[in-house]
Amino acid sequence: MNKNKRGGLSRYSQLLVPLIAILVLVIFNLIRDPSFFSVGLTANNNGDPVLQGNLISILNGASELVILSMGMTLVTAACGGQDISVGALAAIAGSVFVKVLKSGGSISPLLVLGGFLMCCAVAMVFGAFNGSLVAFFNIQPMIATLILFTCGRSIAYWINGGATPTVASPIINAIGSFIPGVPIPTPILIVLLMGGLFALLFRFTTLGLYIQSVGINQSAARLNGINAVGIKLLSFVILGVCCAVAGMIGVSRLGLINHETLLINIEMDAILAVAIGGNNLGGGKFKMIGSVLGAYAIQALTITLYAMKVPSTDVKAYKAVVIVLLVVMGSPVVKEAADRVTKRIRAARRSGTEKEAA
Amino acid sequence: MKKLIAVALVIVMCLSLMPAAFAADDVIKVGVVNNPPSESGYREANVNDFINVFTKENGYDASFFYSIKNDEQLSAARQFITDGVDYLLISAAETTGWDAVLKDAQEAGIGVFLFDRMIDCDPALFEAAVVSDMAKEGETAVGWLLDQKLDTYNVIHIQGAMGSDAQLGRTGALDEQFASGKMTKVVQQTATWDEAEAKKIVESVINSGDAFNVIYAENDGMAKGAVAALDEAGITHGVDKDVIVMGFDCNKWALRELQAGNWNYDGQCSPFQAQVISDMIHVLEAGGTIEGLNESKQVISVEKGFDARTITEEDILTYGLGEDVTVG
Repeated sequence: MNKNKRGGLSRYSQLLVPLIAILVLVIFNLIRDPSFFSVGLTANNNGDPVLQGNLISILNGASELVILSMGMTLVTAACGGQDISVGALAAIAGSVFVKVLKSGGSISPLLVLGGFLMCCAVAMVFGAFNGSLVAFFNIQPMIATLILFTCGRSIAYWINGGATPTVASPIINAIGSFIPGVPIPTPILIVLLMGGLFALLFRFTTLGLYIQSVGINQSAARLNGINAVGIKLLSFVILGVCCAVAGMIGVSRLGLINHETLLINIEMDAILAVAIGGNNLGGGKFKMIGSVLGAYAIQALTITLYAMKVPSTDVKAYKAVVIVLLVVMGSPVVKEAADRVTKRIRAARRSGTEKEAA
Repeated sequence: MKKLIAVALVIVMCLSLMPAAFAADDVIKVGVVNNPPSESGYREANVNDFINVFTKENGYDASFFYSIKNDEQLSAARQFITDGVDYLLISAAETTGWDAVLKDAQEAGIGVFLFDRMIDCDPALFEAAVVSDMAKEGETAVGWLLDQKLDTYNVIHIQGAMGSDAQLGRTGALDEQFASGKMTKVVQQTATWDEAEAKKIVESVINSGDAFNVIYAENDGMAKGAVAALDEAGITHGVDKDVIVMGFDCNKWALRELQAGNWNYDGQCSPFQAQVISDMIHVLEAGGTIEGLNESKQVISVEKGFDARTITEEDILTYGLGEDVTVG
């Protein structure tokens, strides 16, 4: 009984680091400014009721990062490496989305759906390209995706015809901001939808198990009849879909595609989210919820720094300090040390109770 | 034998004079070394400006080379010198390393014009430098803001990538106002040109409940991000509204926002330098000298700033960058 309980806890022990990070940020902000987390209902300039507050800003602003880190978790688990081209691929997907929207005269729901499917298809093709380099040619994921990382934004530039096209439409506004009458920002709803889809995927298919086994030992997985190449390829294609969704949200927020700045440097935050979430960057076992919490922790940190009005030149330094602490906290050395300490305490307690019994 | 040598010499001399004879024709050969148009909307407008001014119809035979790498630009400039251009027009990727090439050009009798970006070298090595005074751009914008004669100035200042020329120029004048106490800094934060980040910064100010009545964003994209945050919070902006919105770059879509009264001001770092250089080349070709140059030989391009109340359709079509807004 006692053993089972401990096993159950350690299953979730990897979530400790992101949870502590979020908890510390919450406490810090509550001490700094008790009204930090207050959420209020106001009317936007269209007269619709919307929720507003730092909590909403964090949940809303992290949406793209959360979706990308979900996909990044799968690639990391299956391939033991990271995709550094997700920002560039999201820029390509966003450009395709805008290109399709601007191809028709007026923006109808059908056109938006077509644009989304089109950008998904394009992102899946690029994902498959990355995936095939990794799966067939056994190239290190970081090197394989370096190609698209380098040229991706140039491809987006080419799709945009060298400009920063703008689109204005109530439908785009509904995707990137608020659906009239719904006070929750739509990107948060999209994240819930994506999370739900992944949950269903893991619940009703063996995909999660297969990805883990490929990541732990590819040859053993193959000997057990798992198509390792296919699983790796699939993980990149799924990440491609995540890039397309993130790109679409990013574009819809402002109705503007800027290939240079859309989700810039997000690949680093996505990898960081996976790491903070306690996932092994060398592949194998994974917990997607860890990456999601990691992503929210990163966004919470950013919003906290903004609220503290940290000078522009110092923001990165502050971030770096916090991230170093988080990564060290989650490192194997610290974990082992923590394990030793808890064991000693337990042993001490046990001997104490034995003495009492005696 | 002597006759043969004489004939050969005459032929050689004639051949060597040939290019000179062609050059004496009306066509002026120019080599343009620039950064690639993909760099930004500004660069794209800059590149197009030179293509449109140095045309065959205007009497030019122009060759263009684009790179963001200094060494590639240097070898291209050397190639232009070997090709025997009459004028070399340079927007350098880096400010250093150009002395040797410029000296070669001078020895070959080639006139050098710098545009958009300065080079660290002796001003004797070039005819003139047509550049933007980044600080002036900020001063123009802040001057406009002071002219609005608001009772209080509570400014949200959204900066570009820290240390970039545009950021430094656009920040300087406003920092002076903050220091003098004429304007109050509500927040000063960098969004590194990222539209979505600008929105988050403004959101955080709104959430904190601090009062503000001016948004000074160092480019159009970030101003758009800021406005999106205002819209979601139900705060009005634009002409005679709660918050004054200021942007930079003068993209066509941004000028349309001005025209609609949603924004108040848009400043521009002028990408149009070709005509000024062309005029100076014509002066030199006519045997004259360029007048009114100071020691540094810098010609400062005129910086524009548009007010939402006075902007005209013609302004948008003439000075707007990028593609126009299609109503959809």
